[in-house]
Amino acid sequence: MVPALFGAVPVDPEELGMGENDKPPSLEDLETRLRAARDRRRPAGSGNGAGKGGGSDIGAGIRVAVDLVAGVAVGVALGLILDNWLGTKPWMLIVFFILGSAAGFLNLYRTAQQFERERRDKEEHGS
Amino acid sequence: MASPLHQFEIQPIVPIELGGIDISITNSALWMAIAAVTATAVMVLPVRRGALIPGRWQALSESFYEIIANMVRDNVGTAGRRYFPFVFTLFMFVLFGNVLGLIPYTFTYTSHIAVTFSLAAFIFLAVTAIGIVKHGFRFLGLFFPHGAPAWTAVILIPIELISYLSRPVSLSVRLFANMTVGHVILKVLGGFVVSLGAFYAIPGLLPMAGLVAVTALEVMVAVIQAYIFTILTCIYLNDALHLH
Repeated sequence: MVPALFGAVPVDPEELGMGENDKPPSLEDLETRLRAARDRRRPAGSGNGAGKGGGSDIGAGIRVAVDLVAGVAVGVALGLILDNWLGTKPWMLIVFFILGSAAGFLNLYRTAQQFERERRDKEEHGS
Repeated sequence: MASPLHQFEIQPIVPIELGGIDISITNSALWMAIAAVTATAVMVLPVRRGALIPGRWQALSESFYEIIANMVRDNVGTAGRRYFPFVFTLFMFVLFGNVLGLIPYTFTYTSHIAVTFSLAAFIFLAVTAIGIVKHGFRFLGLFFPHGAPAWTAVILIPIELISYLSRPVSLSVRLFANMTVGHVILKVLGGFVVSLGAFYAIPGLLPMAGLVAVTALEVMVAVIQAYIFTILTCIYLNDALHLH
């Protein structure tokens, strides 16, 4: 998986002119091949598909756990602040705890969607 | 046995006080400076000659560039090109903080929530500002999904708002937690090696083997966490630029 992080584009050594014939390729030749390589890349859309490698399974676990807890934590913090401010103890805390939990699950859902996109992306590129 | 948390202590190196505010150069600041210099050196020195067929160091710096350029293009699209310098600097700063911190006797500034949260808060504010400047009032549409019945706004908008506000929290806590946990585990295992190995050689080898494995894992975590931190910045930037 680490090679997947670093091996950006698998390059055929033949393609770079490092093959059997030691004659260095001309610059124009290189230029045309560079252009061809650039064209092969899909045109930049608006954020379709995340990049390669989401991390190890432990990394994914920590990521999901932090996403879930962050939503609850922000909800509770907002609830406490509002309670202090409006003097409505403990109602805002209760309401925002529930909303925060929902936000945590929303974060979770979005992260899962992103994992799914990464997986599909990987399958498409056949790596 | 030394405390496993001792490594995270901030120690002033050059004490400076200005107007009652402590702005001493600490070990944390020192290692930030070292990371910045090292990252610059790794990027600038090898490409001085700009050889057509890159050497090892040039290949390294070019692949750093390529990884982030691809990341920005895949996740933000062409509109993200303007922000590439920032995203790239961010990646190098976090990466070198994580990786240099694995060298014994160094200091890992990314293991401090103050550092990671400052980065995350800046990203959060910048991305929000970009979104508002670019879309004006329509930016608020980010908090309400298209096509949902209007009455659900009462519940959905607070949830989306909390979810949005939790971004800098999860972004900074993830990096900080990974770094802190990794370094504590390394230190505890190291303590086992010393305390067991001082009396019996064979049991001392067991935590030693674990230590070797965890060190390898930590190198991987250091790189992956820098990558995740950067890719999430790109995703947030994409949300602000294109809404959804």
